[in-house]
Amino acid sequence: MRNKLLLALLVAIPISTVAKESAKDNYRTYCVQCHGMAGNGKGVNIRDMSVQPRDHTDAKAMSTRSDDTLFKVIKEGGLSIDKSVLMPPWGDTLSDDEIRDMAQYLRTLCKCKYGGS
Amino acid sequence: MNRLLVALGMMLGMTQPVWADAGMDILKGQCSSCHNLTGPAPQTLKELWARKGPDLFYAGNKYRKEWLVQWLQNPTQIRPAGEFYEDHIKPGPKRDVVDPSTLKPHVALSASDAQAVADALMTLKPKSDLIAKEKIEEGTVSLSMGEMAFDKFLGCMACHRIEPDYGGLSGPEMYTAGKRLQPEYIASYIRSPQAWDPKIWMPNKHVSDGNIQKLVHYLEALSKEDNHAK
Repeated sequence: MRNKLLLALLVAIPISTVAKESAKDNYRTYCVQCHGMAGNGKGVNIRDMSVQPRDHTDAKAMSTRSDDTLFKVIKEGGLSIDKSVLMPPWGDTLSDDEIRDMAQYLRTLCKCKYGGS
Repeated sequence: MNRLLVALGMMLGMTQPVWADAGMDILKGQCSSCHNLTGPAPQTLKELWARKGPDLFYAGNKYRKEWLVQWLQNPTQIRPAGEFYEDHIKPGPKRDVVDPSTLKPHVALSASDAQAVADALMTLKPKSDLIAKEKIEEGTVSLSMGEMAFDKFLGCMACHRIEPDYGGLSGPEMYTAGKRLQPEYIASYIRSPQAWDPKIWMPNKHVSDGNIQKLVHYLEALSKEDNHAK
């Protein structure tokens, strides 16, 4: 009986060997290289890019993106929303939960929400 | 003592295992404070940020030995923004810039130590299962077609340089990759960076088999270009 319970519990818990990281820490690790230390799109990589990264502090531009769109572009990359291939998909790096947290973190950078700043 | 042993080994023409033992002693004594020799790769961001140099516990699956021997004697910087990149950048007037004052040069080894260390590194092959999955086909790609794939279709240039002053800075330079790395490793790493290094800041772009072959051929061609061989 106890074994069955244990088994049921194990099945119910999603397989995740890696602990969830905070959006702030994920941003520092994965996003800063292009979107910049200040989140303003001025990352260390941008000089030779044909399309410049989004300025995450730009409330006007960021408020045109829904949370679902932010989730999609982070998970599946720029091409998934008809934007640049230079924005890669992060779905193999971040969990869905971490991506949802990231979308919310972006709202704190732009100090904006979807549909209005 | 190690050097004496290695020198002795050289004179006596000793076989590779002896060399490798001497090299492993050097690695453990001089290299392990910056390089992970035993694995696993960082499992958390905190561990990732603490890393000072590339993990070497799978060096035998990754590097070309002849390159290791040369580079260890004359080390050059491969990652323009070092490791961890965010610790080596600062805000600049137009964009974030690399802060060179934070980057330390790599120690240079004598010829005999370099040989011994390279021998030791080549014995570290815990990821041979991943390597065995890759089959590099014979073939070539023109530099212009390769560059088109690398820059335009796949966007790798965002983080990697394909010549000394063109491309991104947060990833290692790619114009020497063909000289440095085994082709199967290049293919496997592109296929899934996370299979090698779960927290690395290189994403899995789901590159197709055909494009992986193209990139491997391109990087090999690129590293043969004289003007990049700096």
